[in-house]
Amino acid sequence: MNEMTNKIIGTPLDRVDGPAKVTGQATYTADYRPTGKTAEGFIVEAAAAPGKIRKIDTQAAEASDGVIAVLTHHNAPKQNPYGTPEEAGRFTQSHAMLESDHVRHVGDPVALVIAETLEQARHAAKLVRVEVETSEGTFDQFAADVEIAKPDSLDGADEVDTSTGDFEKEFAASDVTVEASYFTGAQHSAAMEPHATVAEWDGDELTVHMAIQIVAPGLKAFANTLGIEADKVRILSPFVGGGFGSKLGVHNDAILAALGAKVTGRPVRVVQTRRNVFSNAPHRSKHRQDLKIGADASGKLKAISHDSLAAMARNYPFAEAPASPTRASYFAPAIKTTHRVVEADIPRVDSMRAPGEAIGTLTFETAIDEIAEQCGIDPVEFRLQNDADRDPNSGAPLADRRLSECIREGAKKFGWDGRVTPGRRREGNKLIGRGMASAIRPNFLVPAEAEVVLSANGQLRVRLDMTDIGTGTYTILTQVAAETLAIPVDQITVELGDSHFPASSGSGGSFGAASCGSAVFDACGKLSKLLQQRLSGKGIAANAISVEGDRVRAGGNDYALADLVDDGALTVKGAVDPSEFDHGEEEYSYGALFSEVEVDVDSGEIRVRRLLGAFDAGRILNEKTARSQLMGGMIFGIGGALLEESTMDTRYGSFMNRDFAEYHIAVNRDVPELEVHMLEGFSEKSNPLGSKGIGELGICGTGPAIANAIYEATGCRVRKFPIHMEDLLQHLPQG
Amino acid sequence: MKPFDYSRLDSPDALSPLGAGKFLAGGTNLIDLMKHEIETPDALVDVTRAGMKEISQQPDGSIRIGSQITNTDLAANSDVRQNYPVLSEALLWGATQQLRNKATTGGNFLQRTRCQYFYDTARACNKRDPGSGCDAMKGLNRFHAILGASSSCIAVHPSDMAVAMAALDAEVLTRKVDGVERRIPASELHRLPGDAPERDHVLENGELIMAVDLPASPPRLQSYRKIRDRSSYAFAVVSAAVALDLDDGRMSNVRIALGGVAHKPWRASRAETALEGQMPSREMFLKAMKEEMSEAQGHGHNDFKIDLLPRVVAGVLRDLTAPERNGDRT
Ligand SMILES: Cc1cc2nc3c(=O)[nH]c(=O)nc-3n(C[C@H](O)[C@H](O)[C@H](O)COP(=O)(O)OP(=O)(O)OC[C@H]3O[C@@H](n4cnc5c(N)ncnc54)[C@H](O)[C@@H]3O)c2cc1C
Ligand code: SF4
Repeated sequence: MNEMTNKIIGTPLDRVDGPAKVTGQATYTADYRPTGKTAEGFIVEAAAAPGKIRKIDTQAAEASDGVIAVLTHHNAPKQNPYGTPEEAGRFTQSHAMLESDHVRHVGDPVALVIAETLEQARHAAKLVRVEVETSEGTFDQFAADVEIAKPDSLDGADEVDTSTGDFEKEFAASDVTVEASYFTGAQHSAAMEPHATVAEWDGDELTVHMAIQIVAPGLKAFANTLGIEADKVRILSPFVGGGFGSKLGVHNDAILAALGAKVTGRPVRVVQTRRNVFSNAPHRSKHRQDLKIGADASGKLKAISHDSLAAMARNYPFAEAPASPTRASYFAPAIKTTHRVVEADIPRVDSMRAPGEAIGTLTFETAIDEIAEQCGIDPVEFRLQNDADRDPNSGAPLADRRLSECIREGAKKFGWDGRVTPGRRREGNKLIGRGMASAIRPNFLVPAEAEVVLSANGQLRVRLDMTDIGTGTYTILTQVAAETLAIPVDQITVELGDSHFPASSGSGGSFGAASCGSAVFDACGKLSKLLQQRLSGKGIAANAISVEGDRVRAGGNDYALADLVDDGALTVKGAVDPSEFDHGEEEYSYGALFSEVEVDVDSGEIRVRRLLGAFDAGRILNEKTARSQLMGGMIFGIGGALLEESTMDTRYGSFMNRDFAEYHIAVNRDVPELEVHMLEGFSEKSNPLGSKGIGELGICGTGPAIANAIYEATGCRVRKFPIHMEDLLQHLPQG
Repeated sequence: MKPFDYSRLDSPDALSPLGAGKFLAGGTNLIDLMKHEIETPDALVDVTRAGMKEISQQPDGSIRIGSQITNTDLAANSDVRQNYPVLSEALLWGATQQLRNKATTGGNFLQRTRCQYFYDTARACNKRDPGSGCDAMKGLNRFHAILGASSSCIAVHPSDMAVAMAALDAEVLTRKVDGVERRIPASELHRLPGDAPERDHVLENGELIMAVDLPASPPRLQSYRKIRDRSSYAFAVVSAAVALDLDDGRMSNVRIALGGVAHKPWRASRAETALEGQMPSREMFLKAMKEEMSEAQGHGHNDFKIDLLPRVVAGVLRDLTAPERNGDRT
């Protein structure tokens, strides 16, 4: 067995799809060219909502150059009612479009213009005249007269409310308390690739090329919407240009393209414009989070309560769980958490980049900093002394709890020198501050299947409906297969994103690598065993085998693969069954983030100078892609603390900053040198590979590490995110 | 995008009322606006091949910049970097490298506001659709004007370059369709909104910007400071272009132009007068800016600019007049 193949999991193997991507060979959805002549669809958005379409005049649009059809609720094919069947859940329910005169929210599609070219469709879309009779809507969950409700369920099936111990008693008995409301803004995933679909019908069979994170439920969404069988639908999503939660399910472009293709009898492409994405793809709601924390004089936590208030898009059951990390971060005898929602007439609210933790740690870890400060205890020390030895909420044992190790490692690598009096670290006209926070994110394992096909010539195909949304899935699955079967990387082709392949976890919740990696591991292990059996059948003792070229090596000799595979190829299926890893212990990935910021004394402008994270995500499957994931997460953390906010004009329920000039994602210059340290580990309770979720971990904790540094720089505690210069202005010394 | 005719201008001499249409330069602003059908010209006249691509020294020592010079080339020009650094800095603080490679001097002046309501054709905007109202007035107006606004529009002009041009007393050279040329001070090229916010500037239909003149002997101490939410690729929350000399330690030839505060680059003439001949001190800077801001008015989200701006200008003046910086220059 060759040494490289033997130890390839964990190595920083370059992306196997990298050359295709940088040479333009990777076909993203909008690049796909069907054989039939494609027609282009353009969405007409409602300007006002909620309400009813009183009149829609498509005459001018229909008469415009190149227009093939204008779809509205008058002529759209019949679909099953939106949101049915109710019990199916949001990923598989009907996503009917143009089904009635009802307008849900500003930006809701009221027509699809289909033309020969995109330019023709776009211009004709402007010619569609729509009159909406509006009724009173709810756009702002913080308004006075709204109806606050307890959601039926939370994202990730987390409990909606929890309570351990007697919060009121412990809080009252605390020597030191913090009690404050924190606000986080609405955000959009803002993936580089906008949501896009090319749909084609062949008789009663629908093929959709689309950008989607999880393929299998998507089939059911089409089936439930269009009233067809799921096996009549094929989804292809080989390359996805970022999802961040916003492409978990099927969105408006997909259904509209399918309807358009049905009506015109041609392939129809619908690519959302950047402005479309801000209302035709999901977003993260703004939140209010009320925190109360009590500790005794020695800095031991006694009581924590965390109450979240989100907006839920009407008839789209999703509520984020920001209080979830609070249930698991530190031990306290009493912890109480609640989640409430207000149904609002706004675009869909759904998962976005570390749902729960991204904004939950942002507020909670800021509050922890506040109470550490009040207790007069260094924030690192405070967190270490309150680390939990069992799940603070359920009391269940914790698998591989390594939070304190991350904190210690991070503090050492960063050169943490303790908290200083705010404003003391000044360099010229810059106020310098340092801060830190913990990161925690639940680890998931999701059912997944995979198929491997070994040809007589030694080529191995790995197939599953998993997607690579830019994270490196093609690469790590190649590594898992290479090491498990002991076969060189260049003999492996991973094929993803096709619903004809075995169903997998898809990409989401940072569970993709572990779930799909385990399925591939299982399939390749079985394939290896099968080859061994066949060798034994021929009287060849084979305890360990490897494949090289078209030969199998065993016990110092090698044999022709052709003699071992039937019909030229050997196909083996593998799977991972999460119930086999049900051990009653709570699993999380952990981290600790450290930052240094500077605040301009004249303007209050905030820039991050240093950012360092120490993480435990079990075994690292690829040192390079893992580091990139963590860095990306940390950059999103900068955005969450300082930049990203979708601002809504709440008079109209309309997001206003709907492009990349106005919706601020961190640019290169906002990102200092990032340091990522990954603790060595093997999380054997998690899955056969020993890995844990990494994709969203870097986001958790980064925002509060920055916010806490801003406090040290300025002495100003901002409880509203993103933090802007004007929040600090009144607190700055004279320049 | 509404269908349009396209023609190319070979030289400014070929301008004619017949060929009238909207000028297309780098297209980095105009094409965006046309895609959204915020601008719907019937005809485009491409001026990128009509010459006007030189930076030259004039006999009187001034510098003439052709309107087709890109932002990148202007910022990199050695005369500009040496004698008009505030202009070079302002350009480099703007947009991104890719945009600056396309954007032209003429187009930069005439780029339109980034007011989000102006961009959203579903909302009311007097600038886009005269008489429809101004949704920014009681809406999201963090980026909007605090000086010189009107009850019909509170938008700001977004250019960085134009602010530096105003501080340098640059003059814009134009030619009208009838062939008549005129010189317009850069600080008077744009208008205050008044009751006609649809008009950004004083140019007539079909009037071509041919060049910009930078007068000789600018003040020696110059600086551009842009305040923004992220450190690149963001429009100014506020900005300040400052130029002055120090004469025996006293400030002279003081010129201050402000961005992100008005419908045009705002020459802070009250502050300039207050500072002229004075010894630099923080009290002095703030007093001068207080005078400048006496009529400033916020609209809610942008109230903070009234506090921010004096601090920023005082900071620029502090740095420019700091003895350690000017030891050998005063
Ligand atoms: C995402 C983004 C970020 C940006 N950030 C910044 C920033 O931070 N700071 C900043 O200052 N700018 C910024 N810009 C704006 C950019 O500077 C302008 O778009 C650019 O300068 C316009 O120049 P252009 O040559 O492309 O003009 P065009 O788009 O071609 O034209 C703009 C206008 O000027 C008119 N015009 C052009 N040339 C002439 C002429 N010779 N005579 C008469 N009229 C003429 C056109 O008819 C049109 O009305 C940004 C732009 C974008 C898209
Ligand atoms: S501020 Fe001016 S540009 Fe903005 S909405 Fe009002 S009128 Fe339009």
